[in-house]
Amino acid sequence: MDIKHRIAARAAQELRDGDVVNLGIGIPTLVADHLPPGVDVYLHTENGLLGVGPAPEEWAVDPDLVNASKRPVTQTPGCSYFASDQSFAMIRGGHVDVAILGALQVDAQGRVANWSVPGETVLGVGGAMDLLVGARRVIVTMSHITRDGQPKIVQNCSLPLTADRPVDLVITDLAVFRVMETGLVLTELMPGATLEQVRRRTAAQFEVQLA
Amino acid sequence: MKEKVVSKPEAIAHIRDGMSIMVGGFGLVGAPLELIDELFRQGQRDLTVISNNVGEPGKGLSRLLEAGRIRKAIGSYFTSNPVVGEHALAGKLEVELMPQGTFTEAIRAGGAGIGGFYTRASAGTQLGVGKETKVIGGQTYVLEYALTADVALIRAHKADRLGNLVYRKTARNFNPVMATAAKLVIAEVDEIVEVGEMDPEVIVTPHLYVDFIVQRGGVA
Repeated sequence: MDIKHRIAARAAQELRDGDVVNLGIGIPTLVADHLPPGVDVYLHTENGLLGVGPAPEEWAVDPDLVNASKRPVTQTPGCSYFASDQSFAMIRGGHVDVAILGALQVDAQGRVANWSVPGETVLGVGGAMDLLVGARRVIVTMSHITRDGQPKIVQNCSLPLTADRPVDLVITDLAVFRVMETGLVLTELMPGATLEQVRRRTAAQFEVQLA
Repeated sequence: MKEKVVSKPEAIAHIRDGMSIMVGGFGLVGAPLELIDELFRQGQRDLTVISNNVGEPGKGLSRLLEAGRIRKAIGSYFTSNPVVGEHALAGKLEVELMPQGTFTEAIRAGGAGIGGFYTRASAGTQLGVGKETKVIGGQTYVLEYALTADVALIRAHKADRLGNLVYRKTARNFNPVMATAAKLVIAEVDEIVEVGEMDPEVIVTPHLYVDFIVQRGGVA
């Protein structure tokens, strides 16, 4: 299994039967491929569908049926469509159980920066801010370091924060951190990763409570 | 019964230079592309566009933008159209960016006679800077004001001649809420049926919100 799928598979273990789940772009979209047996979740997409199904075969693409990444999807039995105002009322109102999203940086308090790309004009935020403040539980899935080797878990984000609310869990290719009142707590090493490696590639303070 | 079914040119002729226009669609999905094309053809300018996105290069609202006819864009996700960034950087376009949920709720408020509302979204972030805040239940909320417009261009699947509307799948998105928040609402639809043919239990936009109906493809 490649790294992205390993991260997605670990995130899938956090989901419970019956959860309403909103998946962000990138690694989060892979989570649906790794649901444990007996766990049925209902995927919510902020452009107005509860009950998102997998991507269709090319011949079955419906131009009126897309997810928030504007990619073709399908509908599942029991799904419902709704307008954007209701979709975000669901998000802010705490009716979405879990949001799984990517991040550019996470700070020592577990706060996320994921809407503004460095060096580019900031012209898009989408639903990221609403999801971060509204979902009951927020899980970040991301690579531990950037493509050029810089830590993404940092004491203070140099990029603009997406919300003042900390997330609940951070899953990378090296480790799993729980976010507590005190900040980041390393609770698991991913298979093959060492504590030393995590320390070297993390630029924020964290506690260690490995099982 | 007032005739609401009109031709595209007739409907779009109600738009004047300098007006604010809400335009439905999530990207191009559920965007009233034929109404936008007619607006492009008629030449109105100095427009304020309230839309989640501003089309894609060469498509939808981007054609108006590329022709320099949009003065200001209010929305949440312009990332997918690099032309927006270019025009903003060149000082040719004013941009107001909002969290998507705030954007749609501001329109809902505008249509529902609510002056403003407090939301957690954007509290403690760059997009919340300079906005009034209030601590409610121990958490910081940001005050956001309602959005309204002179005209809304929306896309629906089916209308009856009174203007009751139903939508299709995720093409619904911002269309129903925008139908509530503008002085004049023009709906582009795939199909027009007689009054009484639509099941009242499934109507999403009741007719009182809709001023004009335009048939896609046809001449009405």
